[in-house]
Amino acid sequence: MDMMKKVPIREQDPKVRATNFEEVCLGYNQEEAQAEAARCLNCKNARCVQGCPVSIDIPKFIQEVKEGKFEEASKTIAKSSALPAVCGRVCPQESQCEGKCVRGIKGEAVSIGKLERFVADWSRENGIVPEKPEKTNGHKVAVIGSGPAGLTCAGDLAKMGYEVTIFEALHEPGGVLIYGIPEFRLPKTRVVGPEIENVKKLGVKIETNVIIGKSVTIDQLMEDEGFEAVFIGSGAGLPKFMGIPGENANGVFSANEYLTRSNLMKAFRDDYDTPIFTGKKVAVVGGGNVAMDAARTALRLGAEVHIVYRRSEAELPARVEEVHHAKEEGVIFNLLTNPVEILTDENDWVKGMVVRKMELGEPDASGRRRPVEVPGSDYTMDVDTVIMSLGTSPNPLISSTTEGLETNRWKCIIADETNGKTTKEGVYAGGDAVTGAATVILAMEAGRAGARGIDEYLSGK
Amino acid sequence: MYKIVKAECLADKIYLMDVEAPRIAKLCQPGEFLIVKMDQVGERIPLTICDYDREKGLVTIVFQIVGASTARMAELKEGDYFQDVVGPLGQPSEFVKEDIEEVKKRRYLFVAGGVGSAPVYPQVKWMKEHGIDVDVIEGSKTKDLLILEDELRAVAGNLYVTTDDGSYGRSGMVTKVIQDLVEQEGKHYDVCVAIGPMIMMKFVCKLTKELGIPTIVSLNPIMVDGTGMCGACRVSVGGEVKFACVDGPEFDGHLVDFDQAMKRQQMYKTEEGRAMLRLQEGKTHHGGCGHCGGDE
Repeated sequence: MDMMKKVPIREQDPKVRATNFEEVCLGYNQEEAQAEAARCLNCKNARCVQGCPVSIDIPKFIQEVKEGKFEEASKTIAKSSALPAVCGRVCPQESQCEGKCVRGIKGEAVSIGKLERFVADWSRENGIVPEKPEKTNGHKVAVIGSGPAGLTCAGDLAKMGYEVTIFEALHEPGGVLIYGIPEFRLPKTRVVGPEIENVKKLGVKIETNVIIGKSVTIDQLMEDEGFEAVFIGSGAGLPKFMGIPGENANGVFSANEYLTRSNLMKAFRDDYDTPIFTGKKVAVVGGGNVAMDAARTALRLGAEVHIVYRRSEAELPARVEEVHHAKEEGVIFNLLTNPVEILTDENDWVKGMVVRKMELGEPDASGRRRPVEVPGSDYTMDVDTVIMSLGTSPNPLISSTTEGLETNRWKCIIADETNGKTTKEGVYAGGDAVTGAATVILAMEAGRAGARGIDEYLSGK
Repeated sequence: MYKIVKAECLADKIYLMDVEAPRIAKLCQPGEFLIVKMDQVGERIPLTICDYDREKGLVTIVFQIVGASTARMAELKEGDYFQDVVGPLGQPSEFVKEDIEEVKKRRYLFVAGGVGSAPVYPQVKWMKEHGIDVDVIEGSKTKDLLILEDELRAVAGNLYVTTDDGSYGRSGMVTKVIQDLVEQEGKHYDVCVAIGPMIMMKFVCKLTKELGIPTIVSLNPIMVDGTGMCGACRVSVGGEVKFACVDGPEFDGHLVDFDQAMKRQQMYKTEEGRAMLRLQEGKTHHGGCGHCGGDE
């Protein structure tokens, strides 16, 4: 084998997978995983660990995989990560651990994400479960939101002996892992469900259908229900729209609505009650991972799908792997293109979208080249469905109902990065609720920091 | 799981249920709603909270069979469970948050159309509990479809019942009664609260605008999560986009774009029709008649 290249990963054929919701990437088997693990140089001063937001001991677990000690590898990862089967699948490794791998300088980086995924999948299939702490320390902590930040924080606190209850607004726990990321990237029953079960096995209670700020407030949790500290991991779930004419027409959706119908409500299945509207020709506006997820979902529901993005391919914020998968499956990319109006028929249904050509100007504050309109370049795309995927912001419900909890001008909760401490005593926060929409692994890192902060606070009390 | 402690058929296709949901019962206010999901495969259905018992931890919902999901829900009996009930959601009615002395100075008219009597009831009850007598118009297509008449009569100052076909009470639409009260019977109102089918609210607003009565309506657009994360329920109010689930469901009726809201309500009509036919006729329905689009 070529040591400069990754052991290839098995995937479903693009033509076949474009018509189903089964997982695209099939993962490594034992032989492939061990062969890939053998490519690791076991660096003394491992740069990959610095690239991992939760600092998994990557060389150690990879050596264990190489030697076939999968259970040990699983324990090594568990020391740092609560959701390895998820992170191995959805982390942008190319800009994190794998981006720093020494192998990547001359050849291809070691497939750290796929190896992590292999270990997590192997552990689940072989019934390896985390050990519940022997006794609790009697302190009660409430965690708000059961996404990656909340699950990680709750898991860490439970391991330290705290009695933890997670409050979740939706009817199923998991946050974006359940309603946002589609089945074909992250299987719900097979992967997400068992990872959440593992957190419960640590003694964490999960109460669904509780909206903090409406069903109960943070102050009530602390004053009436005996919680001594609270971690807010409520995410950034409020969708943005463009504000262009025609945006309220029938057939215009936020990506959140489209994905929630499909992923959480399983509208893609005939035996579930929730409907989903799929047109024949769909435009997805935006270029992030959520846009790719919405596009590939619409494609699987039978539509011709266009990604409409105002910058060029180099600036697409989505993971390279996702863009590649979308293209393989037949998603069409209309780049340097920006919608200006949605056209409707007499019944207010979408019948087209007027778009304007863009070109790239000088770099803006974020360092990305700013798109500039090309005058007189408008043309009409013939579409019947438009999915807006322009990003999300935090829901102000919690901050507006909690006395003394301060937010910044983007409605993000102000919290210390190292320990999650907010402006209100005993209340900690992390993940997208603090940073605005980011990644699963960064939310986990924030959940971990919050657990540390809460432990310091309560053990010092 | 949320236990149904009472299930009652109020009229043809209209059902009332008392459900155990202590967290909701403890904090809910008039004007707010909840979402129920009956089982694993069910959809999330928004329903206004019609009554509550804080002591017993009960909330009351009233719903009408309009499609496959509500038809399935109507089969639930006392002692059965909803898998999920979440709430309270939305903003409470404006008067709940206002200075009670200010509220007492105003003359209120409540207009309830059809199953809209259910969300009107807790508001009128709240008024009664605060010592305020209000006028209530309750409209129904026919006598048989009239619901909660006794309950409303017990809390209203004056209750005016009307049926479209004249089979009971006054005769004609609720708009005719509003016009009669104001123009013939010399009544004066400072605020009108109208809840019912979208088309009724539209025409009430058209009339009250002419009569110069500020009017609040409670909108019932399509919803999914009900917590502000998807925008399925977005409506245009005074030219601005609002999410009914978090900004509403109550809005200034004179600013609502009803035509757009009604068209958005139709978005899933075909899918709903198909689901209903699947439920009623099982695999026998193949859409061969060409009238409904059928199942391809």
